[in-house]
Amino acid sequence: MIFNFADAGIAALADLKEGQSAVLEQLDLAPRVADHLMNLGFIPGVEIVAARSGPGGDPRVYRVDGIEVALRRDVSSRIVVRALSRSVQ
Amino acid sequence: MALSTIAPAPPISETPSAKKGFRTIAVVGPPNSGKTTLFNRLTGLRQKVANFPGVTVEHHLGFIRDGSGREIELIDLPGIYSLSPRSEDEVVAINVLNGEMPGLSRPDGVLLILDSTHLERHLMLAARIIALGLPTLVLLNMADELKKQGGHVDVLLLAKQLGTPVALISATSGAGIEAISAFVSSHSEAPSPLALPVLADAKKCREWAYQVGHAASYRKPVSPVWTQRLDSLFLNRVWGPIIFAVVVMGVFQTIFSAGQPLSNALQALLDVTGKQVGALLPAGLLRSLIVDGIWKGTGSVLVFLPQILLLFLVIGILEDSGYLARAAVIADKTMSRVGLNGKAFIPLLSAYACAVPAIMATRTIENKRDRIATILIAPFMTCSARLPVYTMIIAAFLPNRPLLGSFFGTRALAMLGLYVLGFLMAVITARILKSSVLKSKDSPFIMEMPPYRWPTLRSLGLRLLDRSKAFLYRAGTVILGVTIVLWLLTTFPMHNGQPPAIQDSAVATMGHVIEPVIRPLGFDWKIGVGLLTSFAAREVIIATMGTLHGVDPESHAFDLQSALRHELTPAAAVALLVFFAFAMQCMSTLAVVRRETNGWKWPAVQFTYMTLVAYASAFAAYHIALLF
Repeated sequence: MIFNFADAGIAALADLKEGQSAVLEQLDLAPRVADHLMNLGFIPGVEIVAARSGPGGDPRVYRVDGIEVALRRDVSSRIVVRALSRSVQ
Repeated sequence: MALSTIAPAPPISETPSAKKGFRTIAVVGPPNSGKTTLFNRLTGLRQKVANFPGVTVEHHLGFIRDGSGREIELIDLPGIYSLSPRSEDEVVAINVLNGEMPGLSRPDGVLLILDSTHLERHLMLAARIIALGLPTLVLLNMADELKKQGGHVDVLLLAKQLGTPVALISATSGAGIEAISAFVSSHSEAPSPLALPVLADAKKCREWAYQVGHAASYRKPVSPVWTQRLDSLFLNRVWGPIIFAVVVMGVFQTIFSAGQPLSNALQALLDVTGKQVGALLPAGLLRSLIVDGIWKGTGSVLVFLPQILLLFLVIGILEDSGYLARAAVIADKTMSRVGLNGKAFIPLLSAYACAVPAIMATRTIENKRDRIATILIAPFMTCSARLPVYTMIIAAFLPNRPLLGSFFGTRALAMLGLYVLGFLMAVITARILKSSVLKSKDSPFIMEMPPYRWPTLRSLGLRLLDRSKAFLYRAGTVILGVTIVLWLLTTFPMHNGQPPAIQDSAVATMGHVIEPVIRPLGFDWKIGVGLLTSFAAREVIIATMGTLHGVDPESHAFDLQSALRHELTPAAAVALLVFFAFAMQCMSTLAVVRRETNGWKWPAVQFTYMTLVAYASAFAAYHIALLF
């Protein structure tokens, strides 16, 4: 997949601001990590909401599939999403 | 819908082998599904505590009875998301389920506990467990929450889909758990699901789970807003870190302000009973052994039980309420500066109670090198066994003057300083390790936030009972043993049928042998004996000093604090505190490190490193303190 940030809405999960929501497109991570995330509900097609974060915006809590999962930026920057609510960039 | 609904599996022809009944049943479930609550409810106090405390955390074993009164063993496995081994926790669970855990037979049944409010996601694990082919009872926990929040599931339809019996339960209230008695008394069959997904494909598993949920007319509950409200407070940009700091300080304040009076009361009780016991015995060797040796020795350690239990209570409340996970998010950034991640925060905070459970808790850290680094620094955290030693020495040497009102005085400041000292050494050690032998790429920080819940008295009570047992066990074995040996060493060799003066006793000879080594730290042979015995466990030094001065006519009349002032110069007292802050004096910790790292290499490294650091720092502290 080619990331075309000009295409409205395609972004990294890490770029979502607090309160924004997006649809998960793809996990660009090592298979073990991706597998674990999918077991937690990070499945392509699912809706994700960016919630609160630790000091300085990292790690951030994401709401997905009815639960909250905290991710560090190094993981969330490699999760490709399509923004829903507002444009992200 | 009644909570007690149990839906039987669809009937299939019975195979003769399945008719034997269960011997061992594994309790399996994802993290935060209420697995441990259920396990505690089912087994209550009938849990097996094998040999040493903490070591049993690996897999708690409990017992329940089937309809005919036969005992069935329950194994509580760590929470897992799938059967692909990612962390040590998952490896343990998988090995047990496959019958590859040495010393444990393969379970012949499974209680699979899922959170009904997150049914679809948790069904992904069900697919993997059902595929094992073991007779399984699927328990949908939090049935009360599901109902309250407007969710719904048809257990009969779900049972048909999964080919296993299914029951809605509430582990907290106990509603519906009679389904478990029915299951364990039955001759259950291997599951016969309508369909299973390709297990290796998480996406396929999730689709399957969705379809199964749909077929069982599952309706998701509406998640309560207060989780989000609490998050916006605890993870608030401004308030989050402030609350974090207040909580951490509150933990310590509780222990000192509430723990001290309790300890004093226990001390008074022990003194009175000690005198009464003494009065019952004829004067002579036996009375000396019981009153001066055992009672003074073990009693001086027992008085710290209230403080230790308070610490475990407070950490238990933080963990059960769900706050500790939010604290990990706040601490992550700071932890990453020393090369660790926020997940290490939870074991490190528990290490303030005791390094043994803390080291067990490192299993949730997936990265092996991060895990070893966390294990190696955990014993620098000021554990509850150091607490009595610090309290004793500080109280003996430092007069208490108020600094910030009556709330915070010089003694509290000294204590806080020692906590900071241990923490700083942990940070320095972590940095050294993570930039050299244990260097690794940053491990991904992925952490499920448990929902906020009220901690239940039952679960807190069981924790405290567990810790009391562990502490009393230690007081009854290691510490009792040490005090008896010490008493013997102080009473012999006899002179004309009389015990020798303390400086002629066998223990003095031992103390004099190591005196040259500890002389540079300002310690005499009595402290030397204390140091030797404290390598079994830190708090033993108090029992040792208790026994030594109990049998010494010169200091017999003193209380332990005056005896210490008699023994140590103020500079040597500082050196002793520093030594205790850094030294690895705990056999239980070494044993658990050996087990968790699979060999003697890391415990040997840890022991050598910590002892050298302790000696060098105590030496420096002594000579700096002499300047004042």
